[in-house]
Amino acid sequence: MAAPMNEVTNRKVADLTVSPRTLSGAQLIWEALVREGVEVVFGYPGGAIMPAYDAMIQYPIRHVLVRHEQGAAHMAEGYARASGEVGVAVATSGPGATNLVTGIANAMMDSIPIVCITGQVSSAMIGSDAFQEVDITGVTLPITKHNLLVTQPEEIAPAIRQAFYIARSGRPGPVVVDITKDAQQKTCDYVPDNDPVRLPGYRPEYHVAAREIEQAAEMIAAAKRPIIFCGHGVIKSSSTEQLLDLVGRTNIPVAATLLGLGGFPASHPRALGMMGMHGEAWVNQAIQEADLIIAIGMRFDDRVTGNLKTYAPQAKKIHIELDPAEVNKNVKVDLPLVGNAREILGQLIPRVKAPDVKDWIAHIEDLKGESAVLEIQHMPDNGRLFAAHVMHDLWRLTEGKSLIVTDVGQHQMWEAQYYKHDHPKKLITSGGLGTMGFALPAAIGAKFACPDDDVWVVVGDGGFQMTACELATAAQEGIKVNIAIINNGYLGMVRQWQQFFFGGRYVATPMKSPDFVKLAEAHGLKGLRVTERAGVEAAVKAARDSEETCIIDFRVEQEDSVYPMVPAGADLHAMIRRPGHASVEPEPSEASTNHNPIFETGKDE
Amino acid sequence: MTVTIEDSQKLRTFVAYVEDKPGVLNRIASLFRRREYNIVSLNVGRTHEDGVSRMTFQVAADADTSRRIEANLYKLVNVLSVEDITDKQAVIRDLALIKVRVGPERRTEVLQLCQVFRARAVDVAPDTLTVEITGQQGKITGLVAALEPFGILEMVQSGTVAITRGEEGDAARSAKQSNVRGISAA
Repeated sequence: MAAPMNEVTNRKVADLTVSPRTLSGAQLIWEALVREGVEVVFGYPGGAIMPAYDAMIQYPIRHVLVRHEQGAAHMAEGYARASGEVGVAVATSGPGATNLVTGIANAMMDSIPIVCITGQVSSAMIGSDAFQEVDITGVTLPITKHNLLVTQPEEIAPAIRQAFYIARSGRPGPVVVDITKDAQQKTCDYVPDNDPVRLPGYRPEYHVAAREIEQAAEMIAAAKRPIIFCGHGVIKSSSTEQLLDLVGRTNIPVAATLLGLGGFPASHPRALGMMGMHGEAWVNQAIQEADLIIAIGMRFDDRVTGNLKTYAPQAKKIHIELDPAEVNKNVKVDLPLVGNAREILGQLIPRVKAPDVKDWIAHIEDLKGESAVLEIQHMPDNGRLFAAHVMHDLWRLTEGKSLIVTDVGQHQMWEAQYYKHDHPKKLITSGGLGTMGFALPAAIGAKFACPDDDVWVVVGDGGFQMTACELATAAQEGIKVNIAIINNGYLGMVRQWQQFFFGGRYVATPMKSPDFVKLAEAHGLKGLRVTERAGVEAAVKAARDSEETCIIDFRVEQEDSVYPMVPAGADLHAMIRRPGHASVEPEPSEASTNHNPIFETGKDE
Repeated sequence: MTVTIEDSQKLRTFVAYVEDKPGVLNRIASLFRRREYNIVSLNVGRTHEDGVSRMTFQVAADADTSRRIEANLYKLVNVLSVEDITDKQAVIRDLALIKVRVGPERRTEVLQLCQVFRARAVDVAPDTLTVEITGQQGKITGLVAALEPFGILEMVQSGTVAITRGEEGDAARSAKQSNVRGISAA
């Protein structure tokens, strides 16, 4: 039996007036949003959504005028990721709606609850290729959890309630509500509905049987080399406390996915760090040697597994996962536990018996001894500025307490490696879709969710320029975030792949950028430049002390690469190490004998 | 429990109840396309209950993929219930209409052939004969082969439809529960 839905659906619903009122569809949009607890929306007006905008001023809603609708979607995501609530973006029909698409796809891949309200041409004109008409429910069908086209004012409030319920329940995701202009203009009688949302075909709750929990406990007790994976689901289900309890009882080491960073404190003695393509060497080695994987809230993405044929060959796998469609998708598991991670961990913890992991822990400590990652942050200051220095110093100077929003590329991996996150929801990054341009707008959204947090955008020179227009949004809204541009004059991650896999031909990766200090100043914001490590500390402090948004243009080593690296599709233990490091040649496995990771290009995934 | 994965691809038959709303078929087709599920046949039609459609579809998939097809379908908000009936006793039928080029002189011959296949003539014209046949795909293929020498002018087939033998099927029961009680356990 599914759990009662009242708790989820009626959260933050304000007190209601019960007598029917005659409202326009436009008013109903805001009426419904306010009842869902929405206080801020990110949007951009236009013809088909103008009635809604006209009605907005009657409601206690803060509207953030973005500079491009992609920014609105990312801001809604940033808000949702930082707060755990649903983020809202508003756009007009046609190009307004299609500009949201990248953000919607990003939210879909990372299971982020956002609701996008789009205007649509009047219902009589649908299908006529009217001005600014786009079939946005058709366009977003494969990249939304659900979407709805609303053509009658009576349908608006129920559609928005459904959208919020679907977006936040089960495995969260984006929902688009497309509302025709005439539905916004017409009026209808409105009585607020307080009953739980009922959708006959939607049953997002799953529960695990007691015997499956028993079986998991037995597998854990019998393990000699167990490892826990902390995925995004740990953060989304607020299971950090349970995970700490489980590790406290069992002493099992914990590796994190990129989106799972912070779900388990990085400073915990059993925390290993990030796994996968740019995971630390010892983490990937430990995975390959493990005899039991307890994967929590993660989906065995290809960036995590490398070559599936040689992935964790000795390990039995327990997969704690909310979405049954993820079970056995990439990696065949021995015991799927489908349901909410916190609930499952809560059931498992009282039954679990500690395995004997003393030798295993000692072995992992040995592996750590020859880490490739650790050395650069302790490299003496020779006047040059490495991105790793910036990340390490930023972590030190902010005491690891800042809310960091990263973009996509080298800087994202360096941040993941060197900024140690001890708290959930303090790292926001585009994982599954890998969307450049995500960071700045997402950080603005996150700042609205956590106004007291010290928010840092960590972004490359390329990704920053994709959505740099949102600087004007930050300036207009008086939003203060700190922006660390890791500026190496290249599309760095692509350049790195060109160096490793494409014969060093730097095609379309050198990048000339504007003067970021002047760009900040042009927006009435603060801009600083740092070219050597000695300048990092003063700049970070100056940025934090600044009243307004501050950009720091960190001019880092131009051709530095992210190490270690498991090439796409290569064996997880076949890592490219930082040059000069005493490379440990892995035992070639049967599947990898005809596979040279350094020169692999054909099967890039 | 160790999951055993059958590697062999085989034709699997599913029954699904869906809400009769615009765009639902599009959502399902889009899912199959996006996940590269290899669809062999798909049929949708109304049921005796208002607002509820029933689908039958056949997919070439191994058992593991078929479990994920089911799970992915359940993620669609408008899908009420799904059942893989591949390994159940079921009546599985296709319907075909076949128009054959045949004049009066050989008409009897064709009609006799049809009798063997339990097909029946539904339209007769001076130079053509249209035959209706229902049955499993193999039977239809057999009739087509038999009629080919006469000259087939046109042919149309419905998608496969299926219903389990005996008691009410799981998908039907589950769809009813979700309809009556709103949100309920799977």
